[in-house]
Amino acid sequence: MIRLEDVQKIYRPGREISVPALRGITLEVTGGEFVAIMGASGSGKSTLMHIIGCLDRPSGGRYFLDNEEISKKGDNDLAEFRNKYIGFVFQSFNLLPRLNALENVELPMVYRGVRLPERRKRAEEALELVGLSDRLRHRPAELSGGEQQRVAIARALVGEPSLLLADEPTGNLDSTSSAEVIEIFCKLNQRGITVVFVTHEEEIAAFTRRIIRLRDGLVIEDRENRPPRGYAVNAGEVSCS
Amino acid sequence: MSFWEWVKIAFKSIGANKLRSALTTLGIIIGVSAVIALVSVGQGASQEISARFESMGSHLIMIRPVRSAGGDLFIEDAYELEERIPSIEFAVPTVNFSATIKYQNKSYDTSVEGVNSGFPEVRNHNPVSGRFLIPQEIELRSRVVVLGQTVVKEIFGSQDPLEETVYIRGQPFVVVGVMEAKGTTMGVDSDDIAYIPVTTAQRLSGTSSVNTIYVKAKSAADAKIAVSHITLLYSKKFPREDAVRITSQDELLTAIGETTQTFTILLGAIAGISLLVGGIGIMNIMLVSVTERTREIGIRKAIGAKRRDIMGQFLIESILLCVAGGFIGILLGVTASRFISRVAGWTTAISPGAVILAFAFAAAIGLFFGAYPARKAAALDPIEALRYE
Ligand SMILES: Nc1ncnc2c1ncn2[C@@H]1O[C@H](COP(=O)(O)OP(=O)(O)OP(=O)(O)O)[C@@H](O)[C@H]1O
Ligand SMILES: [Mg+2]
Repeated sequence: MIRLEDVQKIYRPGREISVPALRGITLEVTGGEFVAIMGASGSGKSTLMHIIGCLDRPSGGRYFLDNEEISKKGDNDLAEFRNKYIGFVFQSFNLLPRLNALENVELPMVYRGVRLPERRKRAEEALELVGLSDRLRHRPAELSGGEQQRVAIARALVGEPSLLLADEPTGNLDSTSSAEVIEIFCKLNQRGITVVFVTHEEEIAAFTRRIIRLRDGLVIEDRENRPPRGYAVNAGEVSCS
Repeated sequence: MSFWEWVKIAFKSIGANKLRSALTTLGIIIGVSAVIALVSVGQGASQEISARFESMGSHLIMIRPVRSAGGDLFIEDAYELEERIPSIEFAVPTVNFSATIKYQNKSYDTSVEGVNSGFPEVRNHNPVSGRFLIPQEIELRSRVVVLGQTVVKEIFGSQDPLEETVYIRGQPFVVVGVMEAKGTTMGVDSDDIAYIPVTTAQRLSGTSSVNTIYVKAKSAADAKIAVSHITLLYSKKFPREDAVRITSQDELLTAIGETTQTFTILLGAIAGISLLVGGIGIMNIMLVSVTERTREIGIRKAIGAKRRDIMGQFLIESILLCVAGGFIGILLGVTASRFISRVAGWTTAISPGAVILAFAFAAAIGLFFGAYPARKAAALDPIEALRYE
């Protein structure tokens, strides 16, 4: 599903300055995996997620998504990949403030050219899946952080992506909301969607089946994990068998 | 993604910033309405001038002797032209002076024009009641007069003036006809006039010369030939070239047509500049809008919007603003044009061409000035855009 070969990313914010954010990452994620990426601040987690999510291109190395070499594609192809194969969830939700929950969730399908009745139906289903059937017409400002993140997850999965990526999805949430988000991720993974997310919290990473640790742009640990049953994340209850 | 989705998104973002959208559009509204109103003034003037010239008679040539340059023409000169130049249909010698017309206890100041029987043909002006002057009356220096409508109204009111006797410079004249109304054009009342035989007029004003000879050629082509013939004839007759002034109405019409067109274009251009300024306003606002919505653009791109989706969204937004401005501008321009013609009394003419042009120009401005901001938006890097606060 995902294959990175010696992927590097060097930022050049100034003329003489170059920041190596990724310094050669080789990594493979097969379909259906549930992966947590961890690491200290500045270790390159977001950079890696952006590359996997086709939001950015590596400055060196090669990246394959479903055997297509993404690192060689143009902007429009990347947009299409993002639209069709990838759902991305951000730490800061990134919902459009002027649109209500339903319209926000519909958005990826607008760009895919799905007609209104069809996309409305699918958006409603996606929102139902994240437990927000009673918040369809609410705007982001009228929703709690946890609810906003669930809208964002609904938006990410409405296009039925094969890959769900999330960069610190629980970073702005309290423990109850975090638990809800992780539970949704578990459910989606059980449906066969590959889920990769970044987190700082060991308790949350513990629910995944694989944990990858980064430091200074390199993978320093990549191990299997056995999620516990009915584990508690702080105060929130998570049931993901 | 379909065109209608772009339009929907554009409508939403216009609706989200109603006041700003309205203010931005104002530039286009003012520009378009100025173009339409000013061009209508220009075209109205042009139409009025040509109408006035055409009402003077077609294929008309005017010959005026210039005394100071040794020019002098007589009644016989008119007849000589008629006889010797085949392209000339009629030649009418005229003598003008102003005089007071008296009838019973009323008197009225008007201009008296001494003409011959060919006048109605040449000047395209006919009597409505009675008749015009006849050749015998010219020969016999009869004291008969044909009155213009204004004179009739001032002196006779609703009374029938035919066969009545009026006094001009103390001489009795019998009214034999009344001319049809020509109306007022550009502040000159064409009906404020009295026609008498040219011979009588010469005697009354104590002259043997004429002021003007009006010549009617048979066609536009003949008018040209006639002008060169007349020029040749008088260049032999008078030592100085400027002894007579020959003006052909056809030439004059063309010249005036050109002038008024220049005038119209100038007015249109001035208004066009304001439209252009409106366009720059649109560009300015669109640029602000792109910056303000950088994050939105980033989000849209992150979930799969392509370059052209973003481009389309912003471009259509700016075109919509301009087209709406254009539409309101047309309504306002037409209203302004009506208002001008009512209040200032000018003739205005709204040409469909100017309306279509102004509208198309507004849409083109939306496209042109929206293109740069839209490209800028479309070119944004999704990661950079998402990071923007
Ligand atoms: N646009 C950029 N220009 C320059 N340097 C950048 C840019 N984005 C990231 N970096 C640098 O690259 C390195 C990795 O950044 P990245 O955002 O991937 O870290 P992270 O692991 O996600 O950290 P955090 O846990 O704080 O989110 C950092 O040193 C950062 O300063
Ligand atoms: Mg990060």
